[in-house]
Amino acid sequence: MSVPLGYYLMLGGVLFCIGLCGALTRKNAIAVLMSIEIMFNAAILNFVVFWYYLHNGALTGQMFALFAIAVAAAESAVGLALVISVYRHYRSVDVDEMKALKG
Amino acid sequence: MNELVKQQWLIPFLPLVAAAVQSLLPRKARKLSAGICLTAMGASCVLALRAFVGTLGHHEAERAVWNFVWFDYGTTRLQLGFILDPMTAAMALMVTFVGFWIFVNATGYMSDDENFTRFFCFLSLFAAAMLGLVVANNLLMLFMCWELVGLCSYLLIGFWYFKPSAATAMKKAFITTRIGDVGFFLGILMLSWQAGTLNLYDGGNGALEQAGKLAGLHGWFGWSMATTIAVLLFIGAMGKSAQFPLHVWLPDAMEGPTPVSALIHAATMVAAGVFMVGRMFALFTAGGSAEHPTFAMDMVLWVGCFTALFSATIAVGQFDIKRALAYSTCSQLGFMMMALGAGGLVPGQFHLLTHAFFKALLFLGSGCVIIGTHHEQDMRKMGGLRKYMPITFWCYLIGMLALAGVPPFAGFFSKDEVLLVTFQRSKVAWGLATFAAFLTAFYMTRQMFMVFAGKWRGGHHEPHEVRWNMWLPIAVLSVFAIGLGFFGGKYEHYLGVHEEELHGKSLVMGLSVAVGAAGILLGWLMYGRKTMAHAEEPDPLEVKLGALFTCLNRKWYVDEFYDATIIRATMLLGEFWRVFDNRVIDGILHGIAWTAWGVSQVVRWVGDEFVINGGFDAGCEGVRLTGREFAKLQTGRIQGYLRILCLGAVILLVIWYLK
Repeated sequence: MSVPLGYYLMLGGVLFCIGLCGALTRKNAIAVLMSIEIMFNAAILNFVVFWYYLHNGALTGQMFALFAIAVAAAESAVGLALVISVYRHYRSVDVDEMKALKG
Repeated sequence: MNELVKQQWLIPFLPLVAAAVQSLLPRKARKLSAGICLTAMGASCVLALRAFVGTLGHHEAERAVWNFVWFDYGTTRLQLGFILDPMTAAMALMVTFVGFWIFVNATGYMSDDENFTRFFCFLSLFAAAMLGLVVANNLLMLFMCWELVGLCSYLLIGFWYFKPSAATAMKKAFITTRIGDVGFFLGILMLSWQAGTLNLYDGGNGALEQAGKLAGLHGWFGWSMATTIAVLLFIGAMGKSAQFPLHVWLPDAMEGPTPVSALIHAATMVAAGVFMVGRMFALFTAGGSAEHPTFAMDMVLWVGCFTALFSATIAVGQFDIKRALAYSTCSQLGFMMMALGAGGLVPGQFHLLTHAFFKALLFLGSGCVIIGTHHEQDMRKMGGLRKYMPITFWCYLIGMLALAGVPPFAGFFSKDEVLLVTFQRSKVAWGLATFAAFLTAFYMTRQMFMVFAGKWRGGHHEPHEVRWNMWLPIAVLSVFAIGLGFFGGKYEHYLGVHEEELHGKSLVMGLSVAVGAAGILLGWLMYGRKTMAHAEEPDPLEVKLGALFTCLNRKWYVDEFYDATIIRATMLLGEFWRVFDNRVIDGILHGIAWTAWGVSQVVRWVGDEFVINGGFDAGCEGVRLTGREFAKLQTGRIQGYLRILCLGAVILLVIWYLK
């Protein structure tokens, strides 16, 4: 009795799509960062699940998941720092305001 | 001797250093400049004396050489070297000794000149070059010093370059000797090619030691190789030693300051040619014998003989005190060459040495006269100087007697030997030379009476005796002009040449004394019995000879002849090439230029304006437009980019799924 692989992949896909929607639509930079974290978690879930079902015995999937979490933590730290400095500059965290690189 | 030869380089080196130091001295440092110069020359003289003493006491002709490598290039090894043999030692001693006293005299002669230091710088370099030439055991080194001597004579003859005549004279001297140098250089190349080395002596492999081998090879015009090379080398000597027809520069060299004339005529420049022939004597004689001399020897003999007579006749007709002496030098050099050509190495070199002493004496004496008479050089405007300048008079008299060949002065012994050795070879040459000796006695007597006898004809400025630093050198030199002749026999022994007993000795000597006496007597008859009263009075000889005297006075019109032929031809050739250059060469060039210009115009209109510029402009415009359009995509909104990214991913997924 176990949950089949497909369910987990579905969950991963749903999580990724939620994250993507958030990243594409939210105007608040913090929210965009949070959405990206969700997408990360979807990917990490996939690592763990594939490891569990297909490569059980090796430590690769778990290791990769741990690395990805560490990298995600670093990424969010840098991202938040950027958001703070953007806020200081624009007095806002609306991503639509940040268009200084317009061609 | 082997140790001494390694110090030979010091002899030319010291004056060279002196010249280098003086070139840096300021103009005001006159005493320092003269001091350095005299010290260096004196030290060289001591060194030369030491070398000379070192060569004494050797019975055979010994020679020590010291060769060293200058540099290598490829497989060729360039060597230089120094030599110490009796001829070198005697010559070096003469050059340093006579040079030293000329320098002393120059301190007096040039005392008013503002370029005193420059003068002494050149003078030192001149002496250094000549000494380098004397001690060289390598034809290349000899040639380098030879050219340096030429350069220094150029600089010194034109020392007063602001005088147009001096500027012309310096160029004339340089170019005339350069014509000879072409021959000399060809000779060096031939020798280097045939002998494989330019070292003169090199333990059996030197160029001169291969003279016998070279005599067996075929050269130009059916001569042997040795003779060919010797003839070419002699052409160089003709230029340097002012032999006919390249003698024209020497009298013009009188434009330089008088100490320079003394140096050129006695110790350095002209002596170089005679010395070089003596040095290369083995090549000249190789392949010939006393009965059948080589062509080179005959050429030396006859060129010398002709020059001796030719220049002596000109000297008779000169009014400039220095020019008369200059032609006398030409004539005496002719004697030396003649002796060498007759196979007499010893008489030729010995006459070179004795002549150096009394000719330096005469030139320095004439310098004293010129200073004493406030820069007067025309003998017609002198006269009576015996009363005003007694020391100069007595020294000059000794020099004159030595040159005229009166026993027991030096010139008598050396000239007598020259005539004797010529007598063995050719009676005709001997006869001509004896006549030249007669003329020598005559023109020197003429000069003595014109300058020192009678009364002063030069106007209000009374002449005065010169200072000690001018008369001391001539006094010293006159001692040698008296005494040096007695060493003739010893010199022969010293050089290690054993010449066989020559016949006709008493005849030659008797006749030589007789013609000397006759010359002096004739001179007294024409100039001494009744001296000139006014400067404008015609020369007694002019009255007797008429047109011939004018001819002599104008130096047989050799200069005019050269002007009309060689120089004119050169100018015409130059003019021809100028026109050729202007019309033909420039025409071709202009044609090419116009064609190129025409082509470029077409290319400019068709190619450049339309194709290149048009195409380029269109390209630029395209790039600009594309850029502007694509820039619109760049909204600066991150989420916009992200959307496009997602769209791309979706499209890729769809494509992948459908495949």
